[in-house]
Amino acid sequence: MSRIIPDHPSVQSYLIGFGLSLVTTLGAYLVTVNNARIDNNAVIAAILMLAVTQLFVQLYFFLHIGAEKGPRWKLGFLGFALVVVAILVVGSLWIMDNLNYHMMTPQDRDTYIIIDEGFDGSSHGH
Amino acid sequence: MDTAADKTRLGFWIYLMTDCVLFATLFATFAVLRGNVHDGPDAKEIISLPYILVETVILLVSSLTAGLAVLAAKVADRQTVLFWLGITGILGLAFLGLEIAEFRQLAAEGANWQRSAFLSSYFTLVGTHGLHIAVGLVWLASLLAALWRKGLNHANTNKLMLFGVFWHFLDLVWIFIFSVVYLVGAL
Repeated sequence: MSRIIPDHPSVQSYLIGFGLSLVTTLGAYLVTVNNARIDNNAVIAAILMLAVTQLFVQLYFFLHIGAEKGPRWKLGFLGFALVVVAILVVGSLWIMDNLNYHMMTPQDRDTYIIIDEGFDGSSHGH
Repeated sequence: MDTAADKTRLGFWIYLMTDCVLFATLFATFAVLRGNVHDGPDAKEIISLPYILVETVILLVSSLTAGLAVLAAKVADRQTVLFWLGITGILGLAFLGLEIAEFRQLAAEGANWQRSAFLSSYFTLVGTHGLHIAVGLVWLASLLAALWRKGLNHANTNKLMLFGVFWHFLDLVWIFIFSVVYLVGAL
């Protein structure tokens, strides 16, 4: 394992990082192009998982986070930033979704019920 | 935390983390406004996935070449540094050119910043990333000039490493733009 993940960055480790990134990029692209409208939720999950995978690959192989010797300051600051990001993104989506739900006009409500009950042929209805 | 260079590197990293939070707010805004198309074009109508894939691969390769430039600097190989930095710059310009062409095409079709909240948030998010790339390219040009004239001294090597980290970070942000804006948008 220490041959593949060296202590010091090398051309080899950059190439491995590049190769893995390319694979996840092309993978996400192909999954999208081939499965759009067949099962969008699964595709979205796959896209996000591949994106997070590439994030870790690039953080390690390109930015060398996690391979630091000594106190892991960079990792710590990154972790904190990600917590802030999570609060921002999840919080915004939650709040705005809640707001949109509570501020529907009667006409919006009809459209919502039609979609929610699956009367429009979508996959929701019971 | 041995040297001044180490401290600078950490300080720069902290700056990048604030940049990360900035992009997160733009992503959150885009996610909230994704459906607000105001009877105008939605994501599917404005996205060409093959085009975006080309942009993405170009930026990914440029991230690799920036890394190779930094490696060459660590072994004080000035010629190789200049070579890989030059390639990085060319790829960065190609990416920016493609993005500007995409924006101009959209604007010509009436799908501009003012058309809808969805498009406002799209142009703001993608445009902010593009602005970072542009500033990075200006930085790269000044680095190339400094390396050309003064060679790989301590100061230039440190600055080059900071540039490398900056450029890798921009590619990382693009991964999420590619995934969340373009791939999910095209569904």
